[in-house]
Amino acid sequence: MSNDKIGLTLKIWRQPCSHSKGKFETFHVNNISSDMSFLEMLDVLNEHLTLGGKQPVAFDHDCREGICGMCGAVVNGQAHGPEKGTTLCQLHMRHFRNGDTLVIEPFRARAFKVERDLVVNRSPLDKIIQAGGYVSVNTGGAPDGNGVPVAQDTAEQAMDAAACIGCGACVAACPNGSAMLFVGAKVSQLVLLPQGYPERAGRALNMVAEMDELGFGNCGNERECEAVCPKSISIRNIARLNREFFKAALFG
Amino acid sequence: MILDAKIPSGPLAEKWDKHRFETRLVNPANKRKFTIIVVGTGLAGASASATLAELGYHVKTFTIHDSPRRAHSIAAQGGINAAKNYQNDGDSIFRLFYDTIKGGDFRSREANVYRLAQISNSIIDQCVAQGIPFAREYGGTLANRSFGGAQVSRTFYARGQTGQQLLLGAYSALMRQVKMRKVEILPRREMLDLIVIDGRARGIVVRDMRSGRISSHVADGVVLATGGYGNVYFLSTNAMNSNVTAAWRACKQGAFFANPCFVQIHPTCIPVHGDYQSKLTLMSESLRNDGRVWVPKKVGDDRDPDRIPEEERDYYLEKKYPSFGNLVPRDVASRNAKEQCDQEKGVGQTGRAVYLDFAEAIERDGLEMILKKYGNLFQMYEKITASDPRREPMMIYPAVHYTMGGLWVDYNLMSTIPGLFVLGEANFSDHGANRLGASALMQGLADGYFVLPATICGYLAETKLAPVKSDHVVCEKGEKQAADKISSLLNCSGKRTVDDFHKELGRLLWDYCGMARNRNGLETALAKIPEIREEFRHNVLVPGKNESLNQSLERAGRLEDYLEFAEMMVVDALQRRESCGCHLREESQTAEGEARRDDENYAYVAAWEFAGDGKSPKLHRENLVFENVTLSQRSYK
Ligand SMILES: Cc1cc2nc3c(=O)[nH]c(=O)nc-3n(C[C@H](O)[C@H](O)[C@H](O)COP(=O)(O)OP(=O)(O)OC[C@H]3O[C@@H](n4cnc5c(N)ncnc54)[C@H](O)[C@@H]3O)c2cc1C
Ligand code: FES
Repeated sequence: MSNDKIGLTLKIWRQPCSHSKGKFETFHVNNISSDMSFLEMLDVLNEHLTLGGKQPVAFDHDCREGICGMCGAVVNGQAHGPEKGTTLCQLHMRHFRNGDTLVIEPFRARAFKVERDLVVNRSPLDKIIQAGGYVSVNTGGAPDGNGVPVAQDTAEQAMDAAACIGCGACVAACPNGSAMLFVGAKVSQLVLLPQGYPERAGRALNMVAEMDELGFGNCGNERECEAVCPKSISIRNIARLNREFFKAALFG
Repeated sequence: MILDAKIPSGPLAEKWDKHRFETRLVNPANKRKFTIIVVGTGLAGASASATLAELGYHVKTFTIHDSPRRAHSIAAQGGINAAKNYQNDGDSIFRLFYDTIKGGDFRSREANVYRLAQISNSIIDQCVAQGIPFAREYGGTLANRSFGGAQVSRTFYARGQTGQQLLLGAYSALMRQVKMRKVEILPRREMLDLIVIDGRARGIVVRDMRSGRISSHVADGVVLATGGYGNVYFLSTNAMNSNVTAAWRACKQGAFFANPCFVQIHPTCIPVHGDYQSKLTLMSESLRNDGRVWVPKKVGDDRDPDRIPEEERDYYLEKKYPSFGNLVPRDVASRNAKEQCDQEKGVGQTGRAVYLDFAEAIERDGLEMILKKYGNLFQMYEKITASDPRREPMMIYPAVHYTMGGLWVDYNLMSTIPGLFVLGEANFSDHGANRLGASALMQGLADGYFVLPATICGYLAETKLAPVKSDHVVCEKGEKQAADKISSLLNCSGKRTVDDFHKELGRLLWDYCGMARNRNGLETALAKIPEIREEFRHNVLVPGKNESLNQSLERAGRLEDYLEFAEMMVVDALQRRESCGCHLREESQTAEGEARRDDENYAYVAAWEFAGDGKSPKLHRENLVFENVTLSQRSYK
């Protein structure tokens, strides 16, 4: 661990609540250790703001290990910041240089409302799952786990898709505010596995319809979603979703 | 009050069946007339909510997160145990039961643990049916690995993201019920109190974390699945929002808290690197299969590791425990690491770390082989520390990881407050004084999918509940108390931040109520906690107001509860004058300096009754009876 200290200028989006107007506010932080995570840097800022009688910056976070999908902000135009395949909580300050200016904004999209500062409401993603992101089995009476074999590489592909953490970076990065990568990942996971197969048609149709209904845009093949996804989920999942969707729409 | 665990009579293997048969059922047509509140959407809460709704109950589910999928369970990496014996390596329900009881150092109930082992197999079936992408063999069958020193391969896994996949399975089952309007989901709501009317749990008081609005919700039964309290130490591997608030408020309403001092400390975490540190990251224990743990022999040797010749290195675990070596159990590995650092042989910037060295394994098996096993862990380590474990040894240090203690529950998972059920890490039920790897996920899902749905109907069928509304005087009182607490925090306008206090409490507990404890230290902690609490009440600085999203206020409320709860933890640690499970009581050691358990005097569950603010809690003992296993002392020499 190197432990250099840097100073930064931060331009952070401040918005007291969802129905008020927001604006950027500028802060300076010094003595930021290069071993800190981005969120620890914000913690340091917030301690200063609190002691100085100001309002700390609200930001969502929980696991700080890159798995809960709770954190996220746009840093200098990139969702989750400059490191590929990394959530904001896993981004370390050694990737910035002394004197850098960082513009930090919430994940913006038509379907996501800003709740406060960097905190947004991503519950529309739950609504999409409610529309069909499951296998309809009740608890009890499931057949033996080894009853249906699943080829190893199929399971691996399903796992690649299932790795989605639901952070919403894909939506924030998409010029159309589309949630196609999110939906594609879930539809792919379930269609690849035999357990999800029977409900494939309804699932694809219903999840896409719900997505449209909630104000998410359409996929314009910009590939921005894949570029910012902290779990590097491939847009091949969108292609698979499209196939599923058209098959279902044509043949029911 | 005599604690009745309600353990069914009869042979161990038949208890659960017999109990389910003897439990009264609720008529299917009547189920929808019952409302059940579930607090928490981790593995335990999400699985319980979904299953209760499938059965026909009306369910209201609360979580502090923006989405139920964010619960701390999502971070579990290693896997989930089950007694499938798919590997034909001699596993069985009895063996899983025995390993869990023994792993818990004989401080848990036989009947509960046996049931857990029985149910484990159905959990795997259920999860597979939900479309969870478990790892598979070439032939398409489920893959297993051996975990945490187990002699059999019984751990099922989905890469290093087992918790995530299991939680998303339970979450999707829950979302399906939300869509069917069987579950009402209330996110970003924090439970601030339990509503007890006529001696029964009838609801909760919650704060809407966006608007600050405080309201009451009433029901026929309340289920807490609010997770563990590891964050009382400030630094732990738990998610930042994990808290004791719900459990502690229930305790203050009359639910006994069992074995609060039983805390697991995990040996392989990335060391603390500065004051600003906010949490600790766990590195899978499997690393110890190939990594060798060492420190320099010389005190204060600050040379780079590659400049320290072989003969000046102390491979202390291999030396002290020749037969287990680097694979000694979690508590032994943790304690020895701390001991080396206390002797000033620790390494790294802070001196609070030991080396975990892969050089020999790479030499022996080749880099490719080692990367195949640990590549993702090496990457994760490098990302956080900017140091490459292929070239220099990793640095590791123990961290607080899991809390075995929790609200006391009987065999039905009901607390000492009738109508209040507690599931998952929030209860104390199955892991005794130490939890085996891959067993928390199993317990959370066993509780939620299978145990609670079968036991709660007995309570509902047998109990005549008068209708209550959310404007009941008890609700109003609860709301007022919650609001008053919030105002006093906001009006304090002191000089120290919430985190500043939390770090102080955490350091105190880590030093005196951590993996090794003694009477003097515990008494020091016991004297100091009320002082910190007093200062907190007069000198904390909480910015902002109640009527909007206010994360400082949320943290302040949780810390206030930790400051009260910590005292109970230390009192519990003080009374247990034996070394047991995860902790060494320094007064109770063998001649060789190893932990000495005292079955004659301490083979009981310590259940604490809250006796009023500032008063010492009252101890109730549940004596543990072992009819199916012989108590043995652990030895790793
Ligand atoms: C890094 C890590 C790795 C782990 N790996 C493994 C592993 O490999 N295998 C294993 O078996 N175990 C593992 N564990 C342990 C295991 O993950 C947990 O014990 C388990 O997931 C706890 O589940 P739970 O449902 O009881 O609680 P949690 O998942 O903690 O859920 C608690 C829920 O309660 C809610 N809540 C909390 N307080 C309130 C409140 N006041 N009001 C309203 N809602 C509230 C939260 O929002 C959340 O939904 C690991 C733990 C950690 C930290
Ligand atoms: S805080 Fe959990 S993913 Fe970043």
